[in-house]
Amino acid sequence: MSTVALTEAHHGSAGREWSGPAPKRIVTGYGFWIFILSDMVMFSAFFATYAVLLGQTAGGPTGRELFDLHAVAIETAFLLASSFTCGMAAIAADARSTIWFQLAMAVTCVFGLGFLNLEQQEFASLVARGAGPTRSAFLSAFFTLVGCHGLHVSGGILWLLTMMAQVYAKGFRPDIQRRILCFALFWHALDIIWIAVFTIVYLLGSAK
Amino acid sequence: MLGKLTWAAIPFDQPIPMIASGVVALSILAVLAWVVIRGHLPYLWREWITSVDHKRIGVMYTLLAMVMLLRGFADAIMMRAQQSVALHSQGFLPPEHYDQIFSAHGTIMIFFVAMPFMIGLMNFVVPLQLGVRDVAFPTLNSVGFWLTATGALLINISLVVGEFARTGWLPYPPLSELTYSPGVGVDYYLWSLQIAGVGTLVSGINLVTTVLKVRTKGMSYLRMPMFCWTTLATNLLIVAAFPILTATLAMLLLDRYLGFHFFTNEAGGNMMMFMNLIWTWGHPEVYILVLPAFGIFSEVFATFSGKPLFGYRSMVAATMAICILSFMVWLHHFFTMGAGADVNAIFGIATTIIAVPTGVKVFNWLFTMYGGKVRFETPLLWSIGFMVTFIIGGMTGVLLAVPPADFVLHNSLFLVAHFHNVIIGGVLFGAFAGYTFWFPKAFGFKLHEGLGQAAFWCWLVGFYVAFMPLYVLGLLGMTRRMQHYDVPEWRPWLIVAAFGAALILCGIVLQIAQLVVSIRRREKLRDETGDPWDGRSLEWATASPPPAFNFAVLPEVSGEDAYWKLKHPATGQARSHEKPEYRAIEIPRNSPTGFVCAFFATMMGFALIWHIWWMVAAGAIGAFATFIVFAWRDHDEDVIPAAEVARIDGSNRAQRHAILSKEAAE
Amino acid sequence: MNILDPQGPIGAAEKTILIDSVAIMLAIVVPTIVAIFAFAYWFRASNSRALHLPDWEYSGRIELVVWSIPTLTIILLGGVAWIGAHQLDPAKPIEGSSKPLRIQAVSLDWKWLFIYPDQKVATINTLTVPAGVPLQFQLTSASVMNAFFIPQLGSLIYTMYGMTTQLNLQADTPGTLQGLSGHFSGDGFSDMHFDVHVVPTEQFSKWAQDASHVEKSLDERSYEQIAKPSMKNTPAIYRLADPDLFRSIATQKIAPAPGAPSGVIGAALPGVADAR
Repeated sequence: MSTVALTEAHHGSAGREWSGPAPKRIVTGYGFWIFILSDMVMFSAFFATYAVLLGQTAGGPTGRELFDLHAVAIETAFLLASSFTCGMAAIAADARSTIWFQLAMAVTCVFGLGFLNLEQQEFASLVARGAGPTRSAFLSAFFTLVGCHGLHVSGGILWLLTMMAQVYAKGFRPDIQRRILCFALFWHALDIIWIAVFTIVYLLGSAK
Repeated sequence: MLGKLTWAAIPFDQPIPMIASGVVALSILAVLAWVVIRGHLPYLWREWITSVDHKRIGVMYTLLAMVMLLRGFADAIMMRAQQSVALHSQGFLPPEHYDQIFSAHGTIMIFFVAMPFMIGLMNFVVPLQLGVRDVAFPTLNSVGFWLTATGALLINISLVVGEFARTGWLPYPPLSELTYSPGVGVDYYLWSLQIAGVGTLVSGINLVTTVLKVRTKGMSYLRMPMFCWTTLATNLLIVAAFPILTATLAMLLLDRYLGFHFFTNEAGGNMMMFMNLIWTWGHPEVYILVLPAFGIFSEVFATFSGKPLFGYRSMVAATMAICILSFMVWLHHFFTMGAGADVNAIFGIATTIIAVPTGVKVFNWLFTMYGGKVRFETPLLWSIGFMVTFIIGGMTGVLLAVPPADFVLHNSLFLVAHFHNVIIGGVLFGAFAGYTFWFPKAFGFKLHEGLGQAAFWCWLVGFYVAFMPLYVLGLLGMTRRMQHYDVPEWRPWLIVAAFGAALILCGIVLQIAQLVVSIRRREKLRDETGDPWDGRSLEWATASPPPAFNFAVLPEVSGEDAYWKLKHPATGQARSHEKPEYRAIEIPRNSPTGFVCAFFATMMGFALIWHIWWMVAAGAIGAFATFIVFAWRDHDEDVIPAAEVARIDGSNRAQRHAILSKEAAE
Repeated sequence: MNILDPQGPIGAAEKTILIDSVAIMLAIVVPTIVAIFAFAYWFRASNSRALHLPDWEYSGRIELVVWSIPTLTIILLGGVAWIGAHQLDPAKPIEGSSKPLRIQAVSLDWKWLFIYPDQKVATINTLTVPAGVPLQFQLTSASVMNAFFIPQLGSLIYTMYGMTTQLNLQADTPGTLQGLSGHFSGDGFSDMHFDVHVVPTEQFSKWAQDASHVEKSLDERSYEQIAKPSMKNTPAIYRLADPDLFRSIATQKIAPAPGAPSGVIGAALPGVADAR
């Protein structure tokens, strides 16, 4: 006796009759995209605040005096590389290859931790120089925007490790595959946000 | 060890909060005792607290809203009483209390009455109207509800442990910064809303995905009921606007907790930034509140006129136009900040433009009645009351959109009258109409009609008596949030307004009575067929209440008003009476995830407010552990065997068939 | 304090806009409300004489009218909004033959400080102005946001720390008016009202002359005392000893006024997140 679940086996596309509720994988992915959109709206609010408070240095240091573009370049390289290896992990999951999945995820994790380590060092050195977030509105906005991204990366790493544990314990079940899809979307979205941060905060902020 | 929390946090010397909390605590204990002693706890846990069924969650949201309406209304009665007596006098509420009361009133009414009411109705109705079994993410739905309940709990705790914010319902800095609000009040506000905000966002993601991806066969976009369109617009707004609230409140939290300088007076903080951000959220928020009400009215007017909704496509266009335009008008909340003539004028014009699609909706409802057979039952009474009241409120809103008019009316009681006019007349009347309309579907029996009509008249007359004087007071120069005053001309109007509030209280008492009486007489009020109003959309095709799986077989839709077409097929087509082919149905399994998550969220929220850092860490670990436990479960669905489906559906169909044949024979 | 009984040109113009806008809208609103009652009553289910169109759900002509009526109304009101916003912008000076009187206003917790820089006078919670003379206000706040409002003279404007807002008003006839704060600012907010004495020009000059010789003087030090939070302040007059006081406040050279003393439930323990 076949079961009729919440979803049908196929759903309609534009132009043809709507053939019923979409399959679970599509519903899950779509919902997660909507979440990512909402997260990007939140980041936009932080970007807008940063733009408004850019000049409010309260007599303290400006971005040009503070930013170390070398470190930022390495951070960017780490994140971009991690996106690549995350993509490999997603392909491995589709191919149901446990060893390649775990390897790619582990490398992604290492790159992510490398990024976080450099960022933490940058923050610590700024605070030590008296350029912490309580110094001026500009610095509050900088630490919040970049720090929010860093928090998301930290959460992402926690999620990454959880996914590695799930695959190890339960294999490539359909619901775990859906979660891997969502994780990959999240990780790539973080990379996109970083491009915006890197450009607007560091590159534009260091320009003469 | 307990951060800033000491025994001094409990206001033993203040009778009003102590008595109020005492009454509430005793009531909660009494209810809990009754539940436990009568042995209902397992049922409650299994069928409601851990339920991921959209119907159950919808009912719980609505129940939360109605309970919080009592709390918010109690605040209102106190405010009206205070202002009636406080001429040349301190009244009975000193400023430090009065300020908390009006702040709590607004916060509770918007975040814990209006939002949950609408979200509850959308949750209950939309999957049924779309002809499907549940929303896109049922367990997430439960998490969203329980997080909202956490926010409500935290605000209520502030009544007896600590204090609430004294800033008004939007905590403008610098007043809300640590320098000028050193207590825990603003922190209660901020954490309560941050947690509830996550719940709302979750709802937004859920309902957008459901409307766009989870609809029954044949239901293309332009065949969806109007309520589903307004649900879509509302939840798109939630997804787009609530993250801005989260970000803004987070910035204020960083200022207060870690000494940041987003909005402080020193070090370059910019309070105008807060106002722009908060109203960029705040204006879409009022459309989030009212759009579902518009959807409810569309359903009610069509059903109770016995005609399809007039101008369906126009209504869809108008709804989506309102959705987009609502993001372009936020500056009208601070015309008096001095942005300059060009900026003020542009935003003023944009605001008046929103009146166009709203006006279109009003006219289309009017023409829905034209040529129909209008039945004056309670849902329709609320709808007609809404139309008249909302038009007046909208008119005063468009008036306020003209900058020079706003220059003399900003922040006055005229403004207060305007937004109560549209929120009560629009959102609350819509909520009550929806509640009465869909109650039989949820519980299997109708609400008592006579008491419903009496409640409506008390509310309607009470509203006008309470708020029309506020328009006059605004024109007489009275500003809002005054704990006392010395202008004698104002007092008579304030006394009339207090009388109006008393009338509304009668309305609320009648609504409570209606519920009690209806439960007692439920056999007489039983809805046997599942279609007590001669409805037009698919929710009326199910039994009342529907089985867990909603539809034994998902219906196939070929036009608008899907159920109407099933009832009255085109001539020549015979009505299908064959038994459908039953198959086993998978439904999502219940889960305590939402409830447990909310428990840890409450722990974290309370600990953050009182700076009990170890408790914050414990709550965070607990929340993460809950997530892991949920992620590790192996069975996320239960299967209802085909035979069971056949039995349930068969009995429902038989019952409906029996009634309909009896009616046909008469 | 009746807005519909204005005592100056700004208030009068705003009243005209109020009434005109309401009239324009009532032209649509009243017939619509009448139609609602009429349709609901006539098409009630028990009325067998009423037209019955059970499937009628669309009419292009009606749609055209239904979209046009609000659109035309809004175009009209949009014009009112554009012209009104420009003519009545608070920063726009009032055309008049007399030389404008400069008044600098500072909102404090919980009182108003008014400085007359040219007359070297300062007052707390009371304003004396000459009739028929344009008044040029520059406003700021020493602490939290407030709003300066004299209902019978017209426009309200926010006051914010670190920023200066502008307002132009004029009082036409002698008399006593009332002013207040139009934006909630804390526990003592309800006390932020002040008398506005509109007097003939000669009387104003005499008042200013007398006031500039009172004993109490206002400089940075006495200002610091005034800036401390206090409620129910009685009106007071000072001699202005420091003519740059307003500029010092508005450009943040003087620190913002302190908050109310703690004893507030859950107030921050010393050492925890000091916002300064």
